[in-house]
Amino acid sequence: MMHDAIIIGAGVIGANIARELARYQLDIIVLEKNLDVCEGASKANSGIVHSGYDAKPGSLKAKYNIRGNKMMAALCAELAVSFRQNGSLVVAFDAEEAIRLETLLDQGVQNGVEGLRIIDGETARLQEPNLSQNVTAALWAPTGGIVDPFQLTLAAAEVADLNGVAFHFGTAVTAISCTNGVFNVETSKGHYAARIVVNAAGVHADDLNNRLSSHKYQITPRKGEYCLFDKQIGGLVTSTIFQLPSAMGKGVLVTPTAEGNLLIGPNSVFVDDKSDTSTTEAGIRFVIDKAKQSVDNLPMPYVITAFAGLRATEKHEDFVIGEAEDVPGFFNALGIESPGLTAAPAIAQDMAGWIAAKLDAVPKPHYDGRRNRQPSFESLSVEMKQAMFQKDKNYGRIICRCELVTLAEILDCIRRPLGARTVDGVKRRTRAGSGRCQGGFCSPRIIEILARELGKDLREIVKASEKSAYLIGLDKDLL
Amino acid sequence: MKKDIVIIGGGPAGLSAAVAAHEQGITDILILERENALGGILNQCIHNGFGLHVFKEELTGPEYAQRYIDKIAELKIAAKLGTMVIDITRDLRVIALNETDGVLDIQAKAVVLAMGCRERPRGALNIPGYRPAGVFSAGTAQKYVNIDGYLPGREIVILGSGDIGLIMARRMTLEGAHVKMVCEILPYSGGLKRNIVQCLDDYGIPLRLSHTVTKIHGRERVEGVTVARVDANLKPIATSEEYVTCDTLMLSVGLIPENELSRKAGVALNPTTQGPLVNSHLETSIPGVFACGNVLHVHDLVDYVSEEAALAGKFAADHVKNKDTFGSGIAVSCGTGVRYTVPTTIIPDFNERTTTIRFRVDNVYHNHFVSVFFGGDRMYHKQKRILTPGEMEQVLLPKQWFANQPDTKTIRVMLEEE
Ligand SMILES: Cc1cc2nc3c(=O)[nH]c(=O)nc-3n(C[C@H](O)[C@H](O)[C@H](O)COP(=O)(O)OP(=O)(O)OC[C@H]3O[C@@H](n4cnc5c(N)ncnc54)[C@H](O)[C@@H]3O)c2cc1C
Ligand SMILES: Cc1cc2nc3c(=O)[nH]c(=O)nc-3n(C[C@H](O)[C@H](O)[C@H](O)COP(=O)(O)OP(=O)(O)OC[C@H]3O[C@@H](n4cnc5c(N)ncnc54)[C@H](O)[C@@H]3O)c2cc1C
Repeated sequence: MMHDAIIIGAGVIGANIARELARYQLDIIVLEKNLDVCEGASKANSGIVHSGYDAKPGSLKAKYNIRGNKMMAALCAELAVSFRQNGSLVVAFDAEEAIRLETLLDQGVQNGVEGLRIIDGETARLQEPNLSQNVTAALWAPTGGIVDPFQLTLAAAEVADLNGVAFHFGTAVTAISCTNGVFNVETSKGHYAARIVVNAAGVHADDLNNRLSSHKYQITPRKGEYCLFDKQIGGLVTSTIFQLPSAMGKGVLVTPTAEGNLLIGPNSVFVDDKSDTSTTEAGIRFVIDKAKQSVDNLPMPYVITAFAGLRATEKHEDFVIGEAEDVPGFFNALGIESPGLTAAPAIAQDMAGWIAAKLDAVPKPHYDGRRNRQPSFESLSVEMKQAMFQKDKNYGRIICRCELVTLAEILDCIRRPLGARTVDGVKRRTRAGSGRCQGGFCSPRIIEILARELGKDLREIVKASEKSAYLIGLDKDLL
Repeated sequence: MKKDIVIIGGGPAGLSAAVAAHEQGITDILILERENALGGILNQCIHNGFGLHVFKEELTGPEYAQRYIDKIAELKIAAKLGTMVIDITRDLRVIALNETDGVLDIQAKAVVLAMGCRERPRGALNIPGYRPAGVFSAGTAQKYVNIDGYLPGREIVILGSGDIGLIMARRMTLEGAHVKMVCEILPYSGGLKRNIVQCLDDYGIPLRLSHTVTKIHGRERVEGVTVARVDANLKPIATSEEYVTCDTLMLSVGLIPENELSRKAGVALNPTTQGPLVNSHLETSIPGVFACGNVLHVHDLVDYVSEEAALAGKFAADHVKNKDTFGSGIAVSCGTGVRYTVPTTIIPDFNERTTTIRFRVDNVYHNHFVSVFFGGDRMYHKQKRILTPGEMEQVLLPKQWFANQPDTKTIRVMLEEE
């Protein structure tokens, strides 16, 4: 069967391109090698909606950052995604660094960032009382924000699905060729054909491009490690605290997350292996040491987890966005490292626009871009909680004690479009298991609910990937 | 809804508090328990070793709990199961949730906190490596094996030699898994001596003291761990690293009293125990709110939980009957070698024959003396062959001491070499 377009990769980029393309009367499918959306870089990043002072003027990073930032609030409202414009501070620790703030400000102004201002250390500390005494000056960027990257990806995919895009999970693209304007895509689950291919394969996007195009790219994964803290101290800072960027990235930040935790990280280390998302002792130590320079009173006993993500760093260090010159119909979204999350809505808008034009696509009359999502039960008033319970008794059953996630919410996340099939999938959709006990309490319950809902045995329920089952047998099976 | 006493948690602490309050003549009691059964963590502790102090016989966890559950039934004390308390306010309003009533809003005259504790997760240790399936806290694994009947792994490494880790080493062995070792970062075990003998030694499971896990391998499921010896500062020694294949890492690395609700209510907590600060009536910084059991401080023997909770129940009943004995308390402080005490203030009470101070030491001590000073006077001085952080200690202060020394302003508990 011939599709109009195949999107490879269901990260924030692929999912948002799918959402934008779903506006048209087209037959679109997304091929994703993992069992769920948001299993790549989109699940392990800082979640910052960058204001845009950091990107080199004239680069695609600068252009899409600024545009994405401006689109984010409205998109998040439409998709019911947690987003807050909390502002960013870049801090300087001495006179020489303070001068570099000026350079950054100039660059930001050139890029079109609004509201940038340099403030002294005292003023910065009035705004952020836990800021280190050693901070002498700071660049204030009021348009900086924080977003929940899981939701931004999931919601986009869900809207795409509701508007007719088909997602094929556990489907890894293994080969790709083009004859007479038709792309033949071989996967672990069989053969697909399409007139357009979108390469949104994250760190693997160079491999796909290089199979087709004579213009070769080279992505070297660059690891970033993080520590996440308990919500109890999510209020340590209200804005995002950056240190001055260096050749190796934006530096270690201290930030609240859109869901109210505190996050510190990332470091920046090139690695050889495109699947190496392990944390290291040295990496975590570096992140902690750096973060302690920015803020006082970092309460280390409140760390609840550590994780790492891989930036898709292309050797020219800019995004590659658009149709490959020598392969008509092959569209790259390649080298999408930071600020890729911020840029995703803008990248998706352009890519979909170009593809629709190429296919002479007609808009759907009944496209609906909104995602219907209940606010979390935990956030409701007592009266609202009771009202929800009157509608559905399953709101009376708490499954995750740390984040107060109810049975009703777990069932909804499994039953809704592109529903959760894995324990991590439930976690990213509902936050069950992402609190201070990290699933110690709720994971047995979630495994049970997933098994019941999916008609499976407990032993078949996995954390994320096929070989990640929790339970290996019944008691005494091994005797 | 209005209640004289609301008890949060139906584990051994909550049950014992309920029975004791009832014995004081208060019958308008409600126990709120989020599980579908009373008994708390005891329901998954199917090994024996419970009840030696209280019942003078060896019971399993569920048997021990059943004695209290029967008593609750006999006294017709009300309990709502499947009911999770989600909020407590300063003025003793308790908000809970279940599938029959929805949101419950209860005004109490006294509240007993008996929520138990939870396990420290991996993140608190920052063990580097991947985040695959197969890393379990020991209590979660215990639930899978003992309640659900499922085996979480074949080849197991256990990190942490607290009691749950030790008990699980034996349980996994009995269920057919191969427990390769129990690693403990400290030079001594945090568990009871009898558990080391009965759960490890008897099954030939090696206990690696001064060892920790420095890396978790395996992207999808655990494939192995790196184990290393640590130096005197608990830092891993790189040259001692060793790869151990396993499909499961079980963590028994500490328990944290579950005080999210207490915190919301504004109850002052002790940073050392992470439990509420209480006086000798087990009353917290909020009048009418009492605490007992593992939510107050982590106990190793359930018998002491029951004992402590009975006192909390009694004082909660006194509070309802307006029989509070006010008066400034005597501060209890920690001297050399003592990590914490419960309580931290004593209100001399001449209705009680004795006042109990429970405490833990901060290291292993041989042949040291436990001493209690009233001001400058040493009132108690007793040699102990061994004191370890893993075992809770207690001293009983007879009421005559308070009668004889009415001007005492501070009480100090400390260890002395002679
Ligand atoms: C440490 C770190 C911090 C960051 N911080 C920020 C930030 O604060 N703000 C910001 O704006 N951006 C940030 N970014 C960047 C942002 O996270 C990424 O730009 C964005 O997530 C990239 O999305 P993606 O969809 O291109 O890639 P991914 O999310 O990696 O998605 C690619 C998908 O393609 C799939 N795939 C790959 N190969 C195949 C194949 N052969 N067949 C089928 N499927 C395949 C993968 O499984 C994956 O799901 C950060 C990135 C990192 C790593
Ligand atoms: C593996 C293991 C082995 C042990 N071995 C022994 C032994 O051999 N001998 C021995 O004497 N002791 C042993 N113990 C210790 C003993 O089990 C505990 O000391 C005792 O259970 C603590 O009682 P508790 O009531 O304070 O807490 P728990 O038993 O934990 O009970 C707390 C109850 O509160 C409920 N709860 C919590 N929050 C809420 C809320 N918000 N709303 C409603 N309900 C809530 C919980 O569901 C739970 O039922 C062992 C413990 C473990 C875990």
